[in-house]
Amino acid sequence: MQYETVIGLETHAELLTETKLFCGCLNRFGAPPNTLVCPVCLGLPGVLPVMNKKGFEMALKATLALHCRVNQFTTFDRKNYYYPDLPKNYQISQNYLNLGVDGYLEIKYDGQEKRIRVHNVHLEEEAGKLIHTEEPGADYSLVDFNRAGVPLLEIVTYPDMRSLEEAEAYMNTLRNVLLYTEVSDCKMQEGSLRFEASISLRPTGQEKLGNRVEIKNLNSMKAVLKALEYETGRQRESLEGGGVVAMETRLWDELRERTERMRTKEEAHDYRYFPEPDLAPVVIKDQWLEELSATLPELPLARRNRFVTELGLSDYDAGVLAEDKAVADYFERCVSHYESPKVVCNWVTNDVLRELKERRLEIKDFPVGPEMLVELIKLVETGAVSMPVARGVFVEMVDTKKKAPQLVQERGLLQISDSAELEGIIQAILTENPNALTDYKKGKKTAFTFLVGQIMRKTKGKANPQMVNELLKQKLEAS
Amino acid sequence: MKVTELIYLTGYQLKEKLLSRGLTAQEVVEGLFAHLDEVEPIVRAYLLLDREGAMRKAREMDARLKKGEGLGLLGGIPIAVKDNMCTSGLKTTCASRILENFIPPYDAHVVERLKEADAIIIGKTNLDEFAMGSSTENSAFKLTRNPWDPKRIPGGSSGGSAAAVSAGTALMALGSDTGGSVRQPAALCGVTGLKPTYGRVSRYGLVAFGSSLDQIGPITRDVRDAALLLQVIAGRDLKDSTSSDIPVPDYLKEIEKPVKGLRLGLPREYFMEGLNEEVRRAVEEAVKVYKKLGMAIHEISLPHTPYAVAVYYIIATAEASSNLARYDGVRYGYRAANTQNIIEMYSRSRVEGFGREVKRRIMLGTYALSSGYYEAYYLKASKVRNLIGQDFSSAFESVDFILCPTSPTPAFKLGERLANPLEMYLSDVYTIPANLAGIPAISIPCGFTRENLPIGLQLMARPFEEAGLLQVARAYERETEWHLRRPEL
Repeated sequence: MQYETVIGLETHAELLTETKLFCGCLNRFGAPPNTLVCPVCLGLPGVLPVMNKKGFEMALKATLALHCRVNQFTTFDRKNYYYPDLPKNYQISQNYLNLGVDGYLEIKYDGQEKRIRVHNVHLEEEAGKLIHTEEPGADYSLVDFNRAGVPLLEIVTYPDMRSLEEAEAYMNTLRNVLLYTEVSDCKMQEGSLRFEASISLRPTGQEKLGNRVEIKNLNSMKAVLKALEYETGRQRESLEGGGVVAMETRLWDELRERTERMRTKEEAHDYRYFPEPDLAPVVIKDQWLEELSATLPELPLARRNRFVTELGLSDYDAGVLAEDKAVADYFERCVSHYESPKVVCNWVTNDVLRELKERRLEIKDFPVGPEMLVELIKLVETGAVSMPVARGVFVEMVDTKKKAPQLVQERGLLQISDSAELEGIIQAILTENPNALTDYKKGKKTAFTFLVGQIMRKTKGKANPQMVNELLKQKLEAS
Repeated sequence: MKVTELIYLTGYQLKEKLLSRGLTAQEVVEGLFAHLDEVEPIVRAYLLLDREGAMRKAREMDARLKKGEGLGLLGGIPIAVKDNMCTSGLKTTCASRILENFIPPYDAHVVERLKEADAIIIGKTNLDEFAMGSSTENSAFKLTRNPWDPKRIPGGSSGGSAAAVSAGTALMALGSDTGGSVRQPAALCGVTGLKPTYGRVSRYGLVAFGSSLDQIGPITRDVRDAALLLQVIAGRDLKDSTSSDIPVPDYLKEIEKPVKGLRLGLPREYFMEGLNEEVRRAVEEAVKVYKKLGMAIHEISLPHTPYAVAVYYIIATAEASSNLARYDGVRYGYRAANTQNIIEMYSRSRVEGFGREVKRRIMLGTYALSSGYYEAYYLKASKVRNLIGQDFSSAFESVDFILCPTSPTPAFKLGERLANPLEMYLSDVYTIPANLAGIPAISIPCGFTRENLPIGLQLMARPFEEAGLLQVARAYERETEWHLRRPEL
């Protein structure tokens, strides 16, 4: 029997606020343990939360970017459970009147666009972090509360994904949306972006959903995909063997590459949600929504499509550029100074991205700004330098932060486009390589390439390649 | 001036004496502690005394007076603070083993305000553990006794604060009121107790019991002192999102206005069975006083009153079950020794750290919030709570203030109701509705029983109408002398 995979994803993204959600402590990754804490985020007796307006606004921005219906009267609830990293043993979250409901994220996979529906978006506080000591035989763990109280956005989809590829496209697109709206830095290695998946299988064509398994402990997108792949196999085997998939929560074991039962449905937590009495409901006025909507950037998929339709890029190139907002902004600034988007695209997707990757730079720190790159591109266009030379110049620009014309001047790299000078060089090469001339006459085409190579070597690549081609051909035919 | 006169002044009077240099703050504090050393072994109102801190502050006050400088609103007045409000550097125990050695690193907002107003903080007073109780018998550390009859309870949960003000071991005190915990002990100890509107006083630093009900209020010797203390603690605090930014009026000025023509409502549901006859008569006499003062008296109905206690014990316990979850032995407070794993550490620390009543309420509240019961209990209770609020808002369309008893009975004997929690819960039947509705209410002395036990009169007002409430209470006080009686110890 054929089975269809049904996937839903829950995403947690830490918001990029200056301070925590309910107190004035800094929201920073990597500080020494328990240095970014105060009575409020430690849950001391008698403390009260005060909403960070900026954090709330960021959550609202993401909610709008995900096309949710905003609950303009939104409330907070307490989610009660005991865990040593949770200072109050309840988490201030939202359950009854979530910030946003019924939105969607548009993904593009295999040339097809698809809407993944978002069930809800809500704002909550982050927990601290347990540190398990490596001391042998230790009977304790340590807790770092620096992270406790950091604003956390949770985005829950409907079970709308039908393949691993769609899940992957969703995760990438969502990450881009959060980066585009500048609400999260989405660093999975620092835990500021995390996923939990739910997956079920059903016979193809059947409408009723199969029993769902939730998977936790997924520390990277790769882990999500591996875990989903493993679960697909495990559930299919179970179903094919006539078994039933148990509704349960499973943990992904990164080392053994398999999932293991964490708790069954019967053992599920009863979180005893109830309205948080310490926070007043937030009333979101129309004007606030309108102002925020106006600040929303063009989202990645729309930008990608615009790059294709308006700038004539391939869908692939457009996707590469649009993936990172800063890169796409860089590209567009170049295009505003230079009329051929395709040429700029080649430079950005090949040379710029390569240097960024090799040097582990972010584009905001890249020494070659859009105006500098365009200057270089124009030198190629006017024939002042050849493409191979320009590529070398580009690398030197990154190294030295110098502008292209200056480097070309300093290094004497101007392209030789003077026909008399080129003819002289060609003559000299022919004299030095009589055998090549003979070979060419015998019809060996490789001799031509060899000679061009020699000319380029002699001129250190500065010879205008088109002119070399023409002049050499004339010379060979004539001799 | 003799110590015995001194310690029974009101705060307002004492401050005037200090300012006119009739006595020094050090004399006051020394006199107070001398009296306290005599009567505290009987009354046992305090869990902690800060003699040194009090003397230091007194010296500072005297130095300033000597230089001719002014004092803050509470300048030189010895004040007691209920031990569920955080005091930086001073133990704050909530009368619980679980916080027996907890020293907060910060001051509650009200404590900050007291300090800014130059109050002299004497110490921290006893209470029912985590403010859960009506007799102060649920304290893990000591039994406080009623200064009018040491065989009886002082009321609760702010029993220590009320007993201290009554016994002359503090001139004023702060209490907290979740279901009557300021008003009921004030009534039973013969002093004045005000529960302000929910949101009038910041709760920051008040150890939470029922967060949507808790409110800090003054316990004083007369209405003028209540106004003075409220003046200091009321107002918006950015650290408490539920505190209101409605402007705080000049209470001391407002309270002297005449009450003629104001309308007073008597809710018939508050005068039915269960009400002690002597209490009923004292309250009816008080009504006559108001009639004489020219107030219009109306009988009114608050039809949802019979549900108030049930609603309260669902909402307050539900919130408490969550508020008290943080006492787990992980970061501070009591941790059980020799436990094998985290679950055992949690459970043993809480089993050993909390007392019976607290555990009972945590279990009730947990149950009320549990999946499958939430709608039937918590949600239903929230709806009835709204109806109770509506009772009051419609009543306040036809009357300006509501008058009723504070407590159905005078102070009962120690141990009398311990075996029966339900009976104990009914002590708060008249005070709970004001908490559910969030409205201000005050208890003032209105008489004594044949056994010489104080009786309290309760007045309630529209939200943020503390000025009017104090004004009406003050009008009664000017006509009577019940508030001037002192217990013989």
